[in-house]
Amino acid sequence: MLLLEDVHTHYGKIEALHGVSLEVKQGEIVSLIGANGAGKTTLLMTVCGNPQATSGRVLLEGRDITRLPTADIMRSGISIVPEGRRVFSGLTVEENLFMGGFFNSRTDNQKGIEHVYELFPRLKEREHQRAGTMSGGEQQMLAIGRALMSRPRMMILDEPSLGLAPLVIKQIFEIIGQLREEGITVFLVEQNANQALQLADRGYVLETGRIRLHDTGSNLLANPDVQAAYLGG
Amino acid sequence: MQDLLYFCQQLINGLTIGSTYALIAIGYTMVYGIIGMINFAHGEIYMIGAYTALIAITGLATLGIAWVPLVLLIALICAVIVSSSTGWAVERVAYRPVRGRHRLIPLISAIGMSIFLQNYVHLAQGSRNIGFPALIEGGFRFGGEDSFQMSVSWIQITIFVTTFVCMTALSLFISRSRIGRACRAVSQDLGMANLLGIDTNRIISATFVIGAALAAVAGLLLGMYYGSVDPLFGFIAGLKAFTAAVLGGIGSIPGAMLGGLILGIAEAMTSGYLSGEYKDVISFSLLILILLFKPTGLLGKPEVEKI
Repeated sequence: MLLLEDVHTHYGKIEALHGVSLEVKQGEIVSLIGANGAGKTTLLMTVCGNPQATSGRVLLEGRDITRLPTADIMRSGISIVPEGRRVFSGLTVEENLFMGGFFNSRTDNQKGIEHVYELFPRLKEREHQRAGTMSGGEQQMLAIGRALMSRPRMMILDEPSLGLAPLVIKQIFEIIGQLREEGITVFLVEQNANQALQLADRGYVLETGRIRLHDTGSNLLANPDVQAAYLGG
Repeated sequence: MQDLLYFCQQLINGLTIGSTYALIAIGYTMVYGIIGMINFAHGEIYMIGAYTALIAITGLATLGIAWVPLVLLIALICAVIVSSSTGWAVERVAYRPVRGRHRLIPLISAIGMSIFLQNYVHLAQGSRNIGFPALIEGGFRFGGEDSFQMSVSWIQITIFVTTFVCMTALSLFISRSRIGRACRAVSQDLGMANLLGIDTNRIISATFVIGAALAAVAGLLLGMYYGSVDPLFGFIAGLKAFTAAVLGGIGSIPGAMLGGLILGIAEAMTSGYLSGEYKDVISFSLLILILLFKPTGLLGKPEVEKI
Protein backbone atom coordinates (compact mmCIF):
# COMPACT_ATOMS: atom_id res chain seq x y z
CA MET A 1 0.00 0.00 0.00
CA LEU A 2 2.61 2.49 1.17
CA LEU A 3 6.27 1.96 0.48
CA LEU A 4 9.20 4.17 1.43
CA GLU A 5 12.54 3.41 -0.21
CA ASP A 6 15.67 4.99 1.24
CA VAL A 7 13.96 8.31 1.91
CA HIS A 8 16.09 11.29 2.87
CA THR A 9 14.38 14.52 3.93
CA HIS A 10 15.99 17.86 4.65
CA TYR A 11 14.83 20.95 6.47
CA GLY A 12 16.98 23.56 4.81
CA LYS A 13 20.51 22.13 5.07
CA ILE A 14 19.75 19.84 7.99
CA GLU A 15 18.97 16.25 7.12
CA ALA A 16 16.12 14.96 9.30
CA LEU A 17 15.63 11.52 7.75
CA HIS A 18 18.74 9.55 6.84
CA GLY A 19 17.46 6.93 4.45
CA VAL A 20 14.24 5.48 5.82
CA SER A 21 12.68 2.40 4.24
CA LEU A 22 9.43 0.95 5.45
CA GLU A 23 6.28 -0.67 4.19
CA VAL A 24 2.64 -0.61 5.21
CA LYS A 25 0.67 -3.43 3.62
CA GLN A 26 -2.97 -3.32 2.68
CA GLY A 27 -5.29 -3.84 5.66
CA GLU A 28 -2.54 -3.55 8.28
CA ILE A 29 -2.15 -1.32 11.27
CA VAL A 30 1.48 -0.27 11.41
CA SER A 31 2.82 1.76 14.31
CA LEU A 32 5.85 3.97 14.22
CA ILE A 33 7.30 4.74 17.62
CA GLY A 34 10.19 6.90 18.66
CA ALA A 35 11.28 9.62 21.03
CA ASN A 36 10.65 13.32 20.60
CA GLY A 37 12.69 14.68 17.72
CA ALA A 38 13.33 11.26 16.18
CA GLY A 39 11.68 12.44 12.96
CA LYS A 40 8.31 10.74 13.24
CA THR A 41 6.26 13.71 12.12
CA THR A 42 8.82 14.54 9.44
CA LEU A 43 8.40 11.02 8.09
CA LEU A 44 4.61 11.35 7.92
CA MET A 45 4.80 14.79 6.37
CA THR A 46 7.24 13.49 3.76
CA VAL A 47 4.58 10.97 2.76
CA CYS A 48 2.20 13.95 2.37
CA GLY A 49 4.77 15.80 0.29
CA ASN A 50 5.41 18.67 2.70
CA PRO A 51 8.40 18.74 2.83
CA GLN A 52 9.23 16.54 -0.14
CA ALA A 53 11.89 13.86 0.11
CA THR A 54 15.25 15.05 -1.20
CA SER A 55 16.10 11.56 -2.39
CA GLY A 56 14.55 8.11 -2.33
CA ARG A 57 11.02 7.20 -3.35
CA VAL A 58 7.57 7.18 -1.79
CA LEU A 59 5.09 4.81 -3.45
CA LEU A 60 1.37 4.76 -2.74
CA GLU A 61 -0.41 1.73 -4.18
CA GLY A 62 2.52 1.30 -6.55
CA ARG A 63 2.39 4.90 -7.80
CA ASP A 64 5.39 7.16 -7.25
CA ILE A 65 4.13 10.17 -5.26
CA THR A 66 7.53 11.51 -4.20
CA ARG A 67 7.34 14.63 -6.36
CA LEU A 68 3.58 15.24 -6.33
CA PRO A 69 2.22 18.41 -4.68
CA THR A 70 0.57 17.84 -1.30
CA ALA A 71 -2.95 18.55 -2.54
CA ASP A 72 -2.62 15.88 -5.26
CA ILE A 73 -1.26 13.27 -2.84
CA MET A 74 -4.09 13.92 -0.40
CA ARG A 75 -6.63 13.29 -3.14
CA SER A 76 -5.16 9.85 -3.92
CA GLY A 77 -7.03 7.83 -1.29
CA ILE A 78 -4.94 8.81 1.70
CA SER A 79 -5.92 11.10 4.57
CA ILE A 80 -4.25 12.40 7.70
CA VAL A 81 -5.15 13.17 11.30
CA PRO A 82 -2.32 15.57 12.00
CA GLU A 83 -0.40 16.25 15.16
CA GLY A 84 -2.33 18.66 17.37
CA ARG A 85 -5.60 17.77 15.56
CA ARG A 86 -5.78 21.04 13.63
CA VAL A 87 -9.56 21.22 13.38
CA PHE A 88 -10.82 24.48 11.88
CA SER A 89 -11.75 26.12 15.16
CA GLY A 90 -13.99 28.82 13.70
CA LEU A 91 -16.01 26.36 11.62
CA THR A 92 -18.79 24.24 13.05
CA VAL A 93 -18.43 20.50 13.48
CA GLU A 94 -20.54 19.91 10.40
CA GLU A 95 -18.53 22.39 8.32
CA ASN A 96 -15.28 20.74 9.41
CA LEU A 97 -16.62 17.41 8.18
CA PHE A 98 -17.67 18.98 4.88
CA MET A 99 -14.12 20.24 4.47
CA GLY A 100 -12.90 16.66 4.84
CA GLY A 101 -15.19 15.61 2.00
CA PHE A 102 -14.51 18.68 -0.12
CA PHE A 103 -14.30 16.72 -3.36
CA ASN A 104 -17.27 14.45 -2.70
CA SER A 105 -20.72 14.79 -4.17
CA ARG A 106 -23.44 16.13 -1.90
CA THR A 107 -25.03 12.72 -1.43
CA ASP A 108 -21.68 11.08 -0.62
CA ASN A 109 -21.08 13.76 1.97
CA GLN A 110 -24.48 13.20 3.53
CA LYS A 111 -23.72 9.49 3.84
CA GLY A 112 -20.23 10.21 5.10
CA ILE A 113 -21.47 12.55 7.80
CA GLU A 114 -24.07 10.02 8.98
CA HIS A 115 -21.36 7.41 9.18
CA VAL A 116 -19.09 9.69 11.24
CA TYR A 117 -21.99 10.51 13.59
CA GLU A 118 -22.58 6.76 14.06
CA LEU A 119 -18.94 6.30 15.08
CA PHE A 120 -18.94 9.44 17.26
CA PRO A 121 -22.45 10.18 18.57
CA ARG A 122 -20.92 13.03 20.56
CA LEU A 123 -20.18 14.90 17.33
CA LYS A 124 -23.82 14.69 16.30
CA GLU A 125 -24.80 16.47 19.53
CA ARG A 126 -22.32 19.23 18.73
CA GLU A 127 -23.12 19.42 15.02
CA HIS A 128 -23.62 23.21 14.94
CA GLN A 129 -21.07 24.11 17.57
CA ARG A 130 -17.79 25.75 16.66
CA ALA A 131 -15.00 23.19 16.75
CA GLY A 132 -12.74 25.47 18.80
CA THR A 133 -15.14 25.40 21.74
CA MET A 134 -14.98 21.62 22.16
CA SER A 135 -12.78 19.58 24.47
CA GLY A 136 -9.54 18.03 23.25
CA GLY A 137 -11.07 14.56 23.01
CA GLU A 138 -14.01 15.83 20.98
CA GLN A 139 -11.64 17.70 18.68
CA GLN A 140 -9.66 14.51 18.18
CA MET A 141 -12.86 12.67 17.25
CA LEU A 142 -13.65 15.44 14.82
CA ALA A 143 -10.17 15.25 13.29
CA ILE A 144 -10.61 11.50 12.74
CA GLY A 145 -14.12 12.04 11.41
CA ARG A 146 -12.87 14.70 9.01
CA ALA A 147 -10.15 12.33 7.76
CA LEU A 148 -12.82 9.66 7.16
CA MET A 149 -14.96 11.94 5.00
CA SER A 150 -12.85 11.51 1.86
CA ARG A 151 -13.39 7.71 2.09
CA PRO A 152 -9.67 7.01 2.29
CA ARG A 153 -8.09 3.63 1.69
CA MET A 154 -5.30 4.61 4.04
CA MET A 155 -5.26 6.84 7.10
CA ILE A 156 -2.23 8.37 8.77
CA LEU A 157 -2.59 9.35 12.42
CA ASP A 158 0.02 11.50 14.13
CA GLU A 159 -0.03 11.16 17.93
CA PRO A 160 -3.80 10.89 18.29
CA SER A 161 -3.53 10.28 22.05
CA LEU A 162 -1.46 13.36 22.81
CA GLY A 163 -2.82 15.39 25.70
CA LEU A 164 -5.97 13.33 26.20
CA ALA A 165 -7.41 11.69 29.32
CA PRO A 166 -6.79 7.92 29.64
CA LEU A 167 -10.46 7.11 29.13
CA VAL A 168 -10.58 9.15 25.93
CA ILE A 169 -7.32 7.56 24.72
CA LYS A 170 -8.90 4.14 25.16
CA GLN A 171 -11.87 5.25 23.07
CA ILE A 172 -9.63 6.67 20.34
CA PHE A 173 -7.66 3.41 20.11
CA GLU A 174 -10.91 1.45 19.88
CA ILE A 175 -11.93 3.61 16.96
CA ILE A 176 -8.57 3.03 15.27
CA GLY A 177 -9.15 -0.71 15.63
CA GLN A 178 -12.55 -0.22 14.05
CA LEU A 179 -11.00 1.54 11.06
CA ARG A 180 -9.21 -1.67 10.16
CA GLU A 181 -12.51 -3.53 10.16
CA GLU A 182 -13.79 -0.98 7.64
CA GLY A 183 -10.88 -1.93 5.40
CA ILE A 184 -8.80 1.17 6.03
CA THR A 185 -5.06 0.66 6.25
CA VAL A 186 -3.67 2.54 9.26
CA PHE A 187 -0.26 4.08 9.73
CA LEU A 188 -0.03 5.26 13.32
CA VAL A 189 2.63 7.40 14.95
CA GLU A 190 2.65 7.36 18.72
CA GLN A 191 4.66 8.18 21.77
CA ASN A 192 2.21 6.06 23.70
CA ALA A 193 4.20 3.01 22.57
CA ASN A 194 2.46 0.44 24.72
CA GLN A 195 -1.03 0.93 23.32
CA ALA A 196 0.22 1.61 19.80
CA LEU A 197 2.16 -1.67 19.67
CA GLN A 198 -0.65 -3.69 21.22
CA LEU A 199 -2.95 -2.59 18.46
CA ALA A 200 -0.43 -2.86 15.61
CA ASP A 201 0.29 -5.78 13.33
CA ARG A 202 3.80 -4.51 12.86
CA GLY A 203 5.87 -1.72 14.27
CA TYR A 204 8.91 0.33 13.42
CA VAL A 205 11.18 2.11 15.87
CA LEU A 206 12.62 5.38 14.60
CA GLU A 207 15.71 6.89 16.22
CA THR A 208 17.28 10.16 15.05
CA GLY A 209 16.06 9.80 11.51
CA ARG A 210 16.86 6.09 11.07
CA ILE A 211 14.78 2.93 11.45
CA ARG A 212 16.39 1.01 14.35
CA LEU A 213 14.01 -1.90 14.73
CA HIS A 214 11.26 -3.50 12.75
CA ASP A 215 9.14 -6.41 13.94
CA THR A 216 5.62 -7.52 14.73
CA GLY A 217 3.83 -5.48 17.37
CA SER A 218 3.96 -8.24 20.00
CA ASN A 219 7.65 -8.99 19.41
CA LEU A 220 8.50 -5.32 19.82
CA LEU A 221 6.51 -5.21 23.05
CA ALA A 222 8.58 -8.12 24.32
CA ASN A 223 11.88 -6.69 23.11
CA PRO A 224 14.02 -5.67 26.10
CA ASP A 225 15.56 -2.69 24.27
CA VAL A 226 12.11 -1.36 23.36
CA GLN A 227 10.90 -1.96 26.90
CA ALA A 228 13.81 -0.06 28.34
CA ALA A 229 13.59 2.88 25.94
CA TYR A 230 9.87 3.31 25.24
CA LEU A 231 7.81 1.32 27.68
CA GLY A 232 9.29 2.67 30.88
CA GLY A 233 10.32 -0.77 31.95
CA MET B 1 -36.12 70.48 13.04
CA GLN B 2 -33.52 72.15 10.95
CA ASP B 3 -30.73 70.80 13.13
CA LEU B 4 -32.13 67.34 12.75
CA LEU B 5 -32.30 67.66 8.97
CA TYR B 6 -28.71 68.89 8.91
CA PHE B 7 -27.64 65.95 11.04
CA CYS B 8 -29.50 63.49 8.79
CA GLN B 9 -27.83 65.02 5.76
CA GLN B 10 -24.38 64.39 7.24
CA LEU B 11 -25.43 60.88 8.21
CA ILE B 12 -26.56 60.10 4.66
CA ASN B 13 -23.38 61.54 3.18
CA GLY B 14 -21.39 59.49 5.66
CA LEU B 15 -23.23 56.27 4.92
CA THR B 16 -22.74 56.79 1.18
CA ILE B 17 -19.02 57.32 1.35
CA GLY B 18 -18.66 54.78 4.19
CA SER B 19 -20.33 52.00 2.25
CA THR B 20 -17.85 52.44 -0.60
CA TYR B 21 -14.96 52.39 1.87
CA ALA B 22 -16.43 49.14 3.15
CA LEU B 23 -16.55 47.66 -0.35
CA ILE B 24 -12.87 48.41 -0.88
CA ALA B 25 -11.94 47.41 2.67
CA ILE B 26 -13.25 43.88 2.11
CA GLY B 27 -10.47 43.28 -0.40
CA TYR B 28 -7.82 44.19 2.18
CA THR B 29 -9.39 42.17 4.92
CA MET B 30 -10.00 39.01 2.86
CA VAL B 31 -6.46 38.90 1.54
CA TYR B 32 -5.07 39.59 5.01
CA GLY B 33 -7.32 36.89 6.46
CA ILE B 34 -5.90 34.30 4.08
CA ILE B 35 -2.23 35.10 3.63
CA GLY B 36 -1.64 37.49 6.54
CA MET B 37 -0.42 40.26 4.26
CA ILE B 38 -1.74 43.59 3.07
CA ASN B 39 -2.34 43.92 -0.65
CA PHE B 40 -0.80 47.32 -1.23
CA ALA B 41 -1.86 47.32 -4.86
CA HIS B 42 -5.55 47.14 -3.91
CA GLY B 43 -6.12 50.90 -4.23
CA GLU B 44 -4.79 50.72 -7.79
CA ILE B 45 -7.11 47.82 -8.59
CA TYR B 46 -10.00 50.03 -7.51
CA MET B 47 -8.65 52.92 -9.64
CA ILE B 48 -8.37 50.61 -12.65
CA GLY B 49 -11.99 49.58 -12.08
CA ALA B 50 -13.06 53.23 -12.24
CA TYR B 51 -11.06 53.85 -15.44
CA THR B 52 -12.39 50.73 -17.11
CA ALA B 53 -15.95 51.76 -16.30
CA LEU B 54 -15.27 55.21 -17.73
CA ILE B 55 -13.79 53.76 -20.93
CA ALA B 56 -16.78 51.44 -21.29
CA ILE B 57 -19.24 54.30 -20.76
CA THR B 58 -17.43 56.50 -23.29
CA GLY B 59 -17.30 53.63 -25.77
CA LEU B 60 -20.99 52.90 -25.43
CA ALA B 61 -21.79 56.59 -25.89
CA THR B 62 -19.89 56.61 -29.21
CA LEU B 63 -21.88 53.57 -30.26
CA GLY B 64 -25.02 55.51 -29.47
CA ILE B 65 -26.16 53.31 -26.60
CA ALA B 66 -27.68 55.66 -24.06
CA TRP B 67 -30.15 53.63 -22.01
CA VAL B 68 -28.69 54.20 -18.55
CA PRO B 69 -29.38 50.81 -16.88
CA LEU B 70 -27.78 48.98 -19.82
CA VAL B 71 -24.79 51.33 -19.88
CA LEU B 72 -24.28 50.88 -16.13
CA LEU B 73 -24.57 47.13 -16.37
CA ILE B 74 -22.04 46.85 -19.19
CA ALA B 75 -19.67 49.30 -17.48
CA LEU B 76 -19.96 47.31 -14.27
CA ILE B 77 -19.25 44.00 -15.99
CA CYS B 78 -16.23 45.42 -17.84
CA ALA B 79 -14.84 47.00 -14.65
CA VAL B 80 -15.30 43.78 -12.68
CA ILE B 81 -13.61 41.67 -15.36
CA VAL B 82 -10.61 43.98 -15.80
CA SER B 83 -10.12 44.60 -12.06
CA SER B 84 -10.48 40.92 -11.19
CA SER B 85 -7.91 39.97 -13.81
CA THR B 86 -5.59 42.63 -12.42
CA GLY B 87 -6.14 41.32 -8.89
CA TRP B 88 -5.41 37.79 -10.07
CA ALA B 89 -2.27 38.97 -11.87
CA VAL B 90 -1.05 40.91 -8.82
CA GLU B 91 -1.21 37.73 -6.77
CA ARG B 92 0.58 35.69 -9.43
CA VAL B 93 3.32 38.24 -10.05
CA ALA B 94 3.88 39.94 -6.71
CA TYR B 95 2.82 37.42 -4.07
CA ARG B 96 3.01 33.81 -5.19
CA PRO B 97 6.67 33.74 -6.28
CA VAL B 98 7.79 35.17 -2.93
CA ARG B 99 5.34 33.41 -0.64
CA GLY B 100 6.93 31.91 2.45
CA ARG B 101 9.85 34.34 2.33
CA HIS B 102 10.47 37.13 4.78
CA ARG B 103 7.34 39.27 5.22
CA LEU B 104 9.03 42.39 3.88
CA ILE B 105 9.61 40.83 0.47
CA PRO B 106 5.96 40.52 -0.63
CA LEU B 107 5.34 43.93 0.92
CA ILE B 108 7.96 45.48 -1.33
CA SER B 109 6.85 43.58 -4.42
CA ALA B 110 3.24 44.67 -3.80
CA ILE B 111 4.27 48.31 -3.47
CA GLY B 112 6.25 47.89 -6.69
CA MET B 113 3.12 46.50 -8.33
CA SER B 114 1.15 49.49 -7.09
CA ILE B 115 3.68 51.96 -8.53
CA PHE B 116 3.73 50.06 -11.80
CA LEU B 117 -0.07 50.06 -12.17
CA GLN B 118 -0.31 53.75 -11.28
CA ASN B 119 2.30 54.70 -13.86
CA TYR B 120 0.82 52.39 -16.44
CA VAL B 121 -2.45 54.28 -16.17
CA HIS B 122 -0.53 57.58 -16.25
CA LEU B 123 0.97 56.53 -19.59
CA ALA B 124 -2.13 54.98 -21.08
CA GLN B 125 -4.70 57.55 -19.95
CA GLY B 126 -2.69 60.69 -19.17
CA SER B 127 -2.13 62.16 -15.77
CA ARG B 128 -4.84 64.83 -15.82
CA ASN B 129 -8.15 64.04 -14.27
CA ILE B 130 -10.90 63.05 -16.66
CA GLY B 131 -14.56 63.91 -16.20
CA PHE B 132 -16.81 61.01 -15.33
CA PRO B 133 -20.30 61.41 -16.79
CA ALA B 134 -23.06 61.67 -14.21
CA LEU B 135 -25.32 58.94 -15.48
CA ILE B 136 -27.63 59.07 -12.51
CA GLU B 137 -28.91 62.54 -11.80
CA GLY B 138 -31.51 64.16 -9.60
CA GLY B 139 -32.85 63.21 -6.22
CA PHE B 140 -35.15 64.30 -3.43
CA ARG B 141 -35.20 67.37 -1.25
CA PHE B 142 -36.73 67.72 2.18
CA GLY B 143 -37.30 70.85 4.22
CA GLY B 144 -38.77 74.33 3.83
CA GLU B 145 -38.00 76.77 1.02
CA ASP B 146 -36.15 79.30 3.10
CA SER B 147 -34.39 76.93 5.50
CA PHE B 148 -31.86 74.09 5.24
CA GLN B 149 -32.88 71.51 2.69
CA MET B 150 -31.79 67.94 3.06
CA SER B 151 -31.06 66.30 -0.26
CA VAL B 152 -30.76 62.66 -1.11
CA SER B 153 -29.59 62.05 -4.64
CA TRP B 154 -30.32 59.01 -6.77
CA ILE B 155 -26.61 58.29 -7.02
CA GLN B 156 -26.44 58.09 -3.23
CA ILE B 157 -29.35 55.68 -3.22
CA THR B 158 -27.71 53.66 -6.00
CA ILE B 159 -24.45 53.46 -4.04
CA PHE B 160 -26.27 52.40 -0.93
CA VAL B 161 -28.42 49.75 -2.60
CA THR B 162 -25.57 48.34 -4.68
CA THR B 163 -23.31 48.09 -1.66
CA PHE B 164 -26.02 46.43 0.35
CA VAL B 165 -26.63 43.85 -2.40
CA CYS B 166 -22.88 43.15 -2.77
CA MET B 167 -22.40 42.75 0.99
CA THR B 168 -25.37 40.43 1.34
CA ALA B 169 -24.22 38.34 -1.60
CA LEU B 170 -20.70 38.15 -0.21
CA SER B 171 -21.90 37.20 3.27
CA LEU B 172 -24.07 34.43 1.87
CA PHE B 173 -21.24 33.23 -0.35
CA ILE B 174 -18.77 33.07 2.54
CA SER B 175 -21.14 31.46 5.02
CA ARG B 176 -23.04 29.04 2.78
CA SER B 177 -21.13 28.09 -0.34
CA ARG B 178 -18.56 25.35 -0.67
CA ILE B 179 -15.83 27.73 -1.84
CA GLY B 180 -16.75 30.24 0.88
CA ARG B 181 -16.35 27.55 3.49
CA ALA B 182 -12.99 26.65 1.99
CA CYS B 183 -11.96 30.33 2.17
CA ARG B 184 -12.71 30.35 5.89
CA ALA B 185 -10.88 27.07 6.42
CA VAL B 186 -7.83 28.25 4.48
CA SER B 187 -7.74 31.50 6.45
CA GLN B 188 -7.67 29.52 9.70
CA ASP B 189 -5.15 26.88 8.75
CA LEU B 190 -3.78 26.93 5.23
CA GLY B 191 -1.50 23.95 5.76
CA MET B 192 -4.34 21.78 7.06
CA ALA B 193 -6.61 22.71 4.15
CA ASN B 194 -3.77 21.63 1.87
CA LEU B 195 -3.58 18.32 3.77
CA LEU B 196 -7.27 17.78 2.93
CA GLY B 197 -6.37 17.91 -0.75
CA ILE B 198 -7.54 21.48 -1.28
CA ASP B 199 -5.56 23.46 -3.83
CA THR B 200 -4.90 26.42 -1.56
CA ASN B 201 -3.37 28.44 -4.40
CA ARG B 202 -6.75 28.54 -6.09
CA ILE B 203 -8.47 29.67 -2.91
CA ILE B 204 -5.87 32.43 -2.49
CA SER B 205 -6.44 33.52 -6.10
CA ALA B 206 -10.18 33.48 -5.45
CA THR B 207 -9.86 35.92 -2.54
CA PHE B 208 -7.79 38.34 -4.62
CA VAL B 209 -10.37 38.11 -7.40
CA ILE B 210 -13.38 38.61 -5.12
CA GLY B 211 -11.76 41.58 -3.39
CA ALA B 212 -10.85 43.11 -6.75
CA ALA B 213 -14.37 42.64 -8.11
CA LEU B 214 -15.84 44.51 -5.13
CA ALA B 215 -13.24 47.26 -5.55
CA ALA B 216 -14.30 47.58 -9.21
CA VAL B 217 -17.92 48.07 -8.13
CA ALA B 218 -16.74 50.79 -5.75
CA GLY B 219 -14.67 52.31 -8.56
CA LEU B 220 -17.69 52.72 -10.82
CA LEU B 221 -19.88 54.07 -8.00
CA LEU B 222 -17.34 56.57 -6.68
CA GLY B 223 -16.33 57.66 -10.18
CA MET B 224 -19.94 58.70 -10.78
CA TYR B 225 -20.24 60.22 -7.30
CA TYR B 226 -17.11 62.39 -7.54
CA GLY B 227 -17.52 63.08 -11.26
CA SER B 228 -13.87 62.59 -12.21
CA VAL B 229 -10.99 60.12 -12.08
CA ASP B 230 -7.22 60.45 -12.16
CA PRO B 231 -4.37 57.96 -11.76
CA LEU B 232 -3.98 58.86 -8.08
CA PHE B 233 -7.70 58.19 -7.51
CA GLY B 234 -6.88 54.92 -5.78
CA PHE B 235 -4.28 56.18 -3.38
CA ILE B 236 -6.33 58.05 -0.80
CA ALA B 237 -9.36 55.77 -1.18
CA GLY B 238 -7.09 52.77 -0.66
CA LEU B 239 -5.60 54.35 2.43
CA LYS B 240 -9.05 55.10 3.84
CA ALA B 241 -10.33 51.61 3.09
CA PHE B 242 -7.23 50.13 4.69
CA THR B 243 -7.94 52.27 7.77
CA ALA B 244 -11.53 51.02 7.75
CA ALA B 245 -10.35 47.41 7.59
CA VAL B 246 -7.97 47.89 10.53
CA LEU B 247 -10.59 49.83 12.45
CA GLY B 248 -13.12 47.01 12.11
CA GLY B 249 -10.52 44.32 12.77
CA ILE B 250 -8.32 43.21 9.89
CA GLY B 251 -9.25 39.74 8.72
CA SER B 252 -12.90 40.12 9.69
CA ILE B 253 -15.40 40.71 6.88
CA PRO B 254 -18.20 42.13 9.11
CA GLY B 255 -15.43 44.23 10.69
CA ALA B 256 -14.54 45.75 7.32
CA MET B 257 -18.19 46.61 6.70
CA LEU B 258 -18.58 48.20 10.12
CA GLY B 259 -15.22 49.97 9.94
CA GLY B 260 -16.09 51.48 6.56
CA LEU B 261 -19.43 52.82 7.78
CA ILE B 262 -17.97 54.25 11.00
CA LEU B 263 -15.15 55.92 9.12
CA GLY B 264 -17.51 57.38 6.53
CA ILE B 265 -19.89 58.76 9.16
CA ALA B 266 -17.02 60.16 11.24
CA GLU B 267 -15.68 61.98 8.18
CA ALA B 268 -19.06 63.36 7.17
CA MET B 269 -19.77 64.59 10.69
CA THR B 270 -16.38 66.26 10.84
CA SER B 271 -16.95 67.95 7.50
CA GLY B 272 -20.45 68.99 8.54
CA TYR B 273 -19.76 70.31 12.03
CA LEU B 274 -16.06 71.23 12.02
CA SER B 275 -14.46 71.67 8.65
CA GLY B 276 -13.80 69.50 5.65
CA GLU B 277 -10.09 69.96 6.16
CA TYR B 278 -10.19 68.07 9.43
CA LYS B 279 -11.85 64.93 8.13
CA ASP B 280 -8.60 63.05 7.40
CA VAL B 281 -7.23 64.12 10.78
CA ILE B 282 -10.28 62.67 12.47
CA SER B 283 -10.26 59.39 10.56
CA PHE B 284 -6.60 58.67 11.18
CA SER B 285 -6.87 59.78 14.83
CA LEU B 286 -9.71 57.32 15.17
CA LEU B 287 -7.40 54.64 13.81
CA ILE B 288 -4.67 55.50 16.30
CA LEU B 289 -7.14 55.46 19.20
CA ILE B 290 -8.52 52.08 18.22
CA LEU B 291 -5.04 50.64 17.82
CA LEU B 292 -4.06 52.00 21.24
CA PHE B 293 -7.07 50.70 23.13
CA LYS B 294 -8.23 47.72 21.08
CA PRO B 295 -5.37 46.66 18.82
CA THR B 296 -7.34 43.84 17.19
CA GLY B 297 -9.92 46.34 15.90
CA LEU B 298 -13.60 46.46 16.74
CA LEU B 299 -14.59 42.97 15.60
CA GLY B 300 -11.18 41.34 15.28
CA LYS B 301 -10.50 38.51 17.65
CA PRO B 302 -7.14 37.64 19.13
CA GLU B 303 -6.02 34.18 18.10
CA VAL B 304 -7.24 31.59 20.57
CA GLU B 305 -5.88 28.13 20.24
CA LYS B 306 -6.60 25.07 22.25
CA ILE B 307 -3.60 22.90 22.86
